[in-house]
Amino acid sequence: MITRQQSLIVKTVCRLLVPFIQMFGLYVIMHGHSSPGGGFQGGVILGSSFILLSIAYGIDEVKRRFSLPALTVFTSLGVFLYAAIGVACLFLGANFLDYGVLPVAEPRSMGMLGIEIGVGITVMAVMVSIFHDLITFE
Amino acid sequence: MKYLHLVVTGVTGLLLILGTLAMPDWGDPASPASSHVSPRYIEKGFEETAVPNMVTAVLADYRSFDTLGETVVIFTAGVAVLLILRTRRDED
Amino acid sequence: MGDLIVDHINSIIYIVLMMIGFYAMTGKTNLVKKLVGMNIFQWSIILFFVSIGAKRGSTIPIVEGEHGHGAELVLEASHYVNPLPHVLMLTAIVVGVATTGVALALLLRIYKGYGTLEEDQLLERMRASSDAR
Repeated sequence: MITRQQSLIVKTVCRLLVPFIQMFGLYVIMHGHSSPGGGFQGGVILGSSFILLSIAYGIDEVKRRFSLPALTVFTSLGVFLYAAIGVACLFLGANFLDYGVLPVAEPRSMGMLGIEIGVGITVMAVMVSIFHDLITFE
Repeated sequence: MKYLHLVVTGVTGLLLILGTLAMPDWGDPASPASSHVSPRYIEKGFEETAVPNMVTAVLADYRSFDTLGETVVIFTAGVAVLLILRTRRDED
Repeated sequence: MGDLIVDHINSIIYIVLMMIGFYAMTGKTNLVKKLVGMNIFQWSIILFFVSIGAKRGSTIPIVEGEHGHGAELVLEASHYVNPLPHVLMLTAIVVGVATTGVALALLLRIYKGYGTLEEDQLLERMRASSDAR
């Protein structure tokens, strides 16, 4: 179980780097329309930022800030968002996941952005959840 | 008998290589993989969906049902690891 | 004969990688090595599929230009790499990650229950514990 903290240099460097890693992960999710990227790639980068924090500071520190029930809620929130966009298209009169009828400008592009955000949330939460389960088993 | 694994691996590899020598050339623009539905995604993708990245357009618009199934797969993997590894110790 | 090999060089290299993974899965007795062999096997298939979609003299499948102004551009299919194998292999990568995660969780449980991860010792201990019942 990772409860021992690393030395001061490792802790400081990780603490300085993690906001930039998370910003880059969010950029990869949101900019998946015009550059290589998308939901899965950005979700894995976001998840790995939490894993880096738990290697440097110990798993208990990270559990204090991002509690385990909240992690489990996040895993289902992404799938729920994805299915909700699809069912909203059903209620507006078209087929399931037919984005042409959403009431925003450029509906197909905005529908794609919504489902990529959902996929990114689920992948991030599952990465951190699997890592936590593998580490804290004895 | 000691080298049975090596022999089986070698024979399987040779048979597979012989099988793929009959496939289309590498980098052929007219191969069957690039001829039926893929030109339509490339030519009409940008004007129908207004998204420059063709891979995201196919993944999230033309084949979004498969992406929903894939998200459920990764969610199920998280739930499966949770079921296998999280034990609750009953304290009396 | 040489032309035949050079035109199919991608298949030959990926089949060699696949056979390395196959030998690790069948020829080794440690369970972790078998899992790593399965991972190598999976990745060789993913790379093979992505290499099928390549075209000579073509560029990446992203349209250059402003976002949203699409009706005026004429796109030719032979200028861009085939995007379909990339899409299918994204799903395959995610499935591989899920399988590896669950396999590692099962290995942890086996180690806690039997104390070893070698195949022959594991079979002995399983037989011993079922005989003792």
